Amino acid sequence: MTQPNRLDNGGRIDRSKHLTFEFNGRRYKGFSGDTLASALLANGVDVIGRSFKYSRPRGIVAAGAEEPNAVFQLGATEATQVPNVRATQQELFNGLVSQPTSGWPNLQFDFLGVFGSILGRMLPPGFYYKTFMFPQAAWETYEKYIRKAAGLGRSPRDPDVDTYDHLNQHTDVLIVGAGPAGLSAALSAARSGARVILADEQAEMGGALLDSRETLNGKPASNWVRDALKELSGYDNVLLLPRATVNGYHDHNFLTIHERRTDHLGDRAPANQSRQRLHRVRAKWVILATGAHERPLVYGNNDLPGCMLASAVSTYINRYAVAPGRRLVLMTTNDNAYRAAFDWQDAGREVVAIVDTRAYADGAWQDEANRRGIKLLKGHAVIDAQGKMRVTGAVVAGLNTDGTQLTGKGEVLNCDTLASSGGWSPAVHLSCHTGSRPVWDDDVIGFVPGKTVQKQLTAGAVTGCFSLADCLADGARIGAEAATNAGFNAEPAAAPSVRCRPETRPMALFCVPHYKPNSRAPKQFVDFQTDVTAAGIELATREGFESIEHVKRYTAMGFGTDQGKLGNINGMAVAAKSLNQSIPETGTTIFRPNYTPVTFGAIAGRHCNDLFEPKRYSAMHEWHVEHGALFEEVGQWKRPWYFPKPNESMQQALDRECLATRNSVGILDASTLGKIDIQGKDAREFIGRIYTNAWAKLAVGKCRYGLMCKEDGMVFDDGVTSCLAEDHFLMTTTTGGAAGVLEWLEFYHQTEWPELEVYMNTVTDHWATMTIAGPNARKLLSELTDDIDLDRDNFKFMDWRQGTVAGVPARVFRISFTGELSYEINVQANYGLHVWEKLFEHGAKYDLTPYGTETMHILRAEKGFIIAGQDTDGSVHPYDLGMSWAVKEDKPFSFIGKRGMKREDCVRDNRKQLVGLKTKDPSIVLPEGAQAVDNPNHPKPVPMLGHVTSSYYSANLGRSIAMGVIKNGHKRMGETVHYPLVDGRVVEAEICSTIFLDPKGERQNV
Amino acid sequence: MFYIYCPYCGEHREEEEFHPKGQAHLSRPTDPDACSDEEWGDYLYFRDNPRGLHHEIWVHAIGCRKFFNATRDTQSYEILETYRMGDAPRVTHFTDTQKS
Amino acid sequence: MQKYSGFGLLKHSLTHHENWQRVWRNPKPKKKYDVIIVGGGGHGLATAYYLAKVHNITNVAVVEKGYLGGGNTARNTTIVRSNYLWDEAALLYEHAMKLWEGMSQDLNYNVMFSQRGVLNLGHTLQDMRDIQRRVNANRLNGIDSEALDTQGVQEIVPILNCSSSARYPILGASWQPRAGVARHDAVAWGYARAADAMGVDLIQQCEVNDIVTEDGAAIGVNTKQHGAIYGDRIGCVVAGNSGVLAKMAGFHLPIESHPLQALVSEPIRPILDTVVMSNQVHGYISQSDKGDLVIGAGIDGYNGYGQRGSYSTIEHTLQAIVEMFPMFSRVRMNRQWGGIVDTCPDACPIISDTPVENLFFNCGWGTGGFKATPGSGHVFAATLAKGEANELAKPFSMFRFHNGALIDEHGAAGVAH
Repeated sequence: MTQPNRLDNGGRIDRSKHLTFEFNGRRYKGFSGDTLASALLANGVDVIGRSFKYSRPRGIVAAGAEEPNAVFQLGATEATQVPNVRATQQELFNGLVSQPTSGWPNLQFDFLGVFGSILGRMLPPGFYYKTFMFPQAAWETYEKYIRKAAGLGRSPRDPDVDTYDHLNQHTDVLIVGAGPAGLSAALSAARSGARVILADEQAEMGGALLDSRETLNGKPASNWVRDALKELSGYDNVLLLPRATVNGYHDHNFLTIHERRTDHLGDRAPANQSRQRLHRVRAKWVILATGAHERPLVYGNNDLPGCMLASAVSTYINRYAVAPGRRLVLMTTNDNAYRAAFDWQDAGREVVAIVDTRAYADGAWQDEANRRGIKLLKGHAVIDAQGKMRVTGAVVAGLNTDGTQLTGKGEVLNCDTLASSGGWSPAVHLSCHTGSRPVWDDDVIGFVPGKTVQKQLTAGAVTGCFSLADCLADGARIGAEAATNAGFNAEPAAAPSVRCRPETRPMALFCVPHYKPNSRAPKQFVDFQTDVTAAGIELATREGFESIEHVKRYTAMGFGTDQGKLGNINGMAVAAKSLNQSIPETGTTIFRPNYTPVTFGAIAGRHCNDLFEPKRYSAMHEWHVEHGALFEEVGQWKRPWYFPKPNESMQQALDRECLATRNSVGILDASTLGKIDIQGKDAREFIGRIYTNAWAKLAVGKCRYGLMCKEDGMVFDDGVTSCLAEDHFLMTTTTGGAAGVLEWLEFYHQTEWPELEVYMNTVTDHWATMTIAGPNARKLLSELTDDIDLDRDNFKFMDWRQGTVAGVPARVFRISFTGELSYEINVQANYGLHVWEKLFEHGAKYDLTPYGTETMHILRAEKGFIIAGQDTDGSVHPYDLGMSWAVKEDKPFSFIGKRGMKREDCVRDNRKQLVGLKTKDPSIVLPEGAQAVDNPNHPKPVPMLGHVTSSYYSANLGRSIAMGVIKNGHKRMGETVHYPLVDGRVVEAEICSTIFLDPKGERQNV
Repeated sequence: MFYIYCPYCGEHREEEEFHPKGQAHLSRPTDPDACSDEEWGDYLYFRDNPRGLHHEIWVHAIGCRKFFNATRDTQSYEILETYRMGDAPRVTHFTDTQKS
Repeated sequence: MQKYSGFGLLKHSLTHHENWQRVWRNPKPKKKYDVIIVGGGGHGLATAYYLAKVHNITNVAVVEKGYLGGGNTARNTTIVRSNYLWDEAALLYEHAMKLWEGMSQDLNYNVMFSQRGVLNLGHTLQDMRDIQRRVNANRLNGIDSEALDTQGVQEIVPILNCSSSARYPILGASWQPRAGVARHDAVAWGYARAADAMGVDLIQQCEVNDIVTEDGAAIGVNTKQHGAIYGDRIGCVVAGNSGVLAKMAGFHLPIESHPLQALVSEPIRPILDTVVMSNQVHGYISQSDKGDLVIGAGIDGYNGYGQRGSYSTIEHTLQAIVEMFPMFSRVRMNRQWGGIVDTCPDACPIISDTPVENLFFNCGWGTGGFKATPGSGHVFAATLAKGEANELAKPFSMFRFHNGALIDEHGAAGVAH
């Protein structure tokens, strides 16, 4: 198959490497070095998509990141689909499969295109705000059809098969863009020894130098690029990142670079390679050498395939050896774009005319055009493109000097390619990301980067300096400045000599006038991807949307995947003209990250699946897995939830675990509870200030339960703290609350009471903790220790002892969350599994039964013990919980929470208070979260009394038990409340004490 | 994303190592029990929340675990200084060049 | 007011859309108004609209320092729901929900309120208890709300990763079918247009730099562009600037202003019909009618007025999205941005009189502002009309932070604060 538009010579493609690819179901050929766009143009593919709203045929307009139309679906398999890939940025690889993202039934005959041309008139900007309102219920039907038209490409349906990674970088100088300015800057900075990262979005570095036929030092520019890159790659202090787009500029000089490591190699990344990488760069200084985007001119039917940017024409010819047509008409407001016509002619194609909007253009470039025999129409403009699926002609008319009116009659020039240039817009995008506003410069006819607090310099075309010689010199100077600022001794690199042709000043023209008003003229597109026209923008301003932000939002201008890189300035100019004001008066254009779209996966990096968040396991985890445990997520921990035996239901397992514990002995892995080691001579004073109860007299060897409140008086954590020595305590916290409690303790110590001599640290992971509970707990433990006196009077409830368990040093705490005789054995985590297994070895005869969090919950609920975070929610103080016994009001220091719980609302009547609940039917287990009401027949909204916080079936009691909060509950003992359930049932329950079992606490004291 | 100098570690570290903890230089009333509800509520909840210079507490949570103060522009996000707990800020108003 | 309809569109298309009227006037401020509303966002404009419509008070100015609807109205993820936990909040948001249903017709402006339902996922047993508690409370408050198990969630969103091997497996969700999304800009524009038509003056590019007081009472505002404008009552509805305005009036608020970030993907073909929110993994997502995946992040922890936050927050959010929807890994992020949310300690708003007589504040909506827009405007209009909070607004007095009667929505407010 031939490539009709491929030139015989030139370009930076490798003609020895033939590649085959697929677009829209057809196979084509290209070369290594092609982009998907250049290969399609080489093959003469004109129509590559249909427009979003009007379904008009569209072709390739640009050659880089600013391309609005050539947005494709890529991917040969379901899992490797990528939506919305810009063909101008996708390197060709063998076997590439791409699809257009629009057009039905096909691109050549599009049904909606027919529809769009008839009904398009009814679809001005914001039409959807004005209709689809009646009847009210119908919107969702309308919307169903509107949604059908939504989107460009599609998401894969299968999970991603590739991986992505992050790399943190620190550098002295980050240079964004490896065009003439960026390369020069890199040379200056690199030679000083500064660490330099040079990142460029393209596969090859060199930027505009690769697209042109300029000479530097009398040789092709590409030679200079090659030498510069060779020198740079020889430095250890330089990192060159091609295919790497700096997409976001964040505060404190943090920038993200999206490097596409393998997208040029194939559909999916080669084995053991990440597909893309996100560099997270902290740079001492940043140089933006991001260049500029050429601005197309706005004229009638300027979206026809064949209408292109002038610079893109040059790029395709010089870089890819593709002349995307036969007969060119070039319209320009500046000298710079003449290159496109010259390149076209040199490629052996016909230049029909250069249409220069400036009557005053008369200099070296015009002389050259004349010398080449190119027809030059000065003071003219193209007002309309002709053709159906491709440009066939351009209507050219005279233009007055300020570009506001046409003079004379139009003439038609036959052509198939219509290039235009309205000048260059500096690529200020990154400079805006941290809140800086770009400023309009009348000389540049564009916005340039504004003032910033970032350590940022700018070089080259982004500053509005468009001459190659200036860009090279500017880059060299700025590179040295950045390195010097970063603390290095840097000199500007010598800039190569450039052949300069003086330029006549460009004309500020954006939208070419038509004979008709814009509202009646052929559609003049400003933003191709969102189908925004000049008439649409004028309509917006006519309707009173006068702020440029309103205009953009009303018309959707700039909201495409190209974020208005081509259209924004033209759109502002149209709005400004319509409002009879200047562009800077109309507003500014600001950009947000990303410069170009970034793969979700690259931003997520490795933090997916198992690495989404770390999982924390206790030392006995493997045993639990082997013994069939199901797990509960608590914070980051995986805690055994219960241990079902084969064919056992959850309730059967829980009943078994509960009965075994109460009747003999059970064992719980309690390692996940937070443990904080607190030392120092003021440790006791400190603990007294942060707990609500008394600590002054807790003796060495003793343990005590404590409640913690925030300054508002609301409970937020609880646990047992033990006195290890006069100046040494071990605090336990809830599993989920551990980190928060430690930070909170440190906060008070460091910010409020630095005079207290106290030190604390987490020891959660250092200890494995196993709780044996039940009447046989002592017997079991006695078999494993010979140096701890377990006598009930010598080792009492709420005592702790140091000794040896199963041959391992241990701390044993006689504390109980079940109400049973209970020992909490703490050993160094590494010994945890050993001790655990020893306990089972000896426990078999007692039917030692492992239980998980659910049985723990049931057992503690039988005793009315609270779980902070389940029975409390940040609105409950100790008195609400009926735990006044845990508040010591007369401590000398006004402990944290004391004042808070005395506020007006905290001492009022009718607060929600924690109570026990017994359903009238003992077999019904109230759902947790059920809401109590006095009158279930009350019309909605029904006044509610409070919700069930904990609810279980208790095998020990042979009935259901529950706890919950009830307004004024402590004074309503014995009363009945109603729980209307979601399924329509209303469950009656009696308010009772929270202690369902062993109210005197005898079982734990045996 | 911030780059924060920990005055205890003596190094700039990434924001992800730190947690912000709100307005600095608030002190707990010495006699809470003597406070009215209004005074206590003011201490608990009412904050300066300026657009501009803000003295605030940060903790080097994944680091030395020390709390320290920072003076930061809440508009430009520039951190003008960090200083140890108990020290007074040196920057208390914008100089002309810092005004954002 | 020119009536909008499909027929109107057809008619105007015949004259090339050259004769559409302005949606609102551009008036010079009068010297004195009955009510001045500071802030021309959705809430302020809704307040003005209901003052005129419900209370017949039309001598009203809305002063806006930038352009209408240019603050958080333009920067949110457009989620509307009313399944709040506490009665006070639930009734207020449900009041808003009822106004959403019918807003397009009421305003004759299609705000594209689309009741595609919201799922709040539960990943832990405690999440599920909280969901049950909230669902039960919602139902008794007359709010549509259901608790779903994993399978129920999977049926509604087949592409969601409901595998038990996920890092935080999805155990279930609460589901509010009447919840959904709306077109954010249209809400501001619709209220503005309707308010303007009833005589309200919408004054853009007018920045308030002082509250004018006399004997401890507010009598007007001083503006940068138009000098003093006087008013009998002044209502401040300036999310992201509340603290600054309060300072002008000489008092503090229990508010911190934080960045809240959001992002959109490139537009893709419809794949997600409902709103999915997850507290545990910190992210929420829906798909707009344009095809963008609209994704919200958690609040950044520091005070910030910069309309941008930290990149790590964006990373965490997308990790959560990819965790929930592994197939979205290859979809690409187009744009990110930030709003400034005024957060209260209890994650509930302030609709309140203030220490300055005749000066009222409506602020502190945190992440809940957009969904409340009509309800907020409706009750604030009543408050400004009567000079005291109405029944729905009463619990939201700023003085609750003194007496302790907080409405703690933290556990239930979508993404954790």
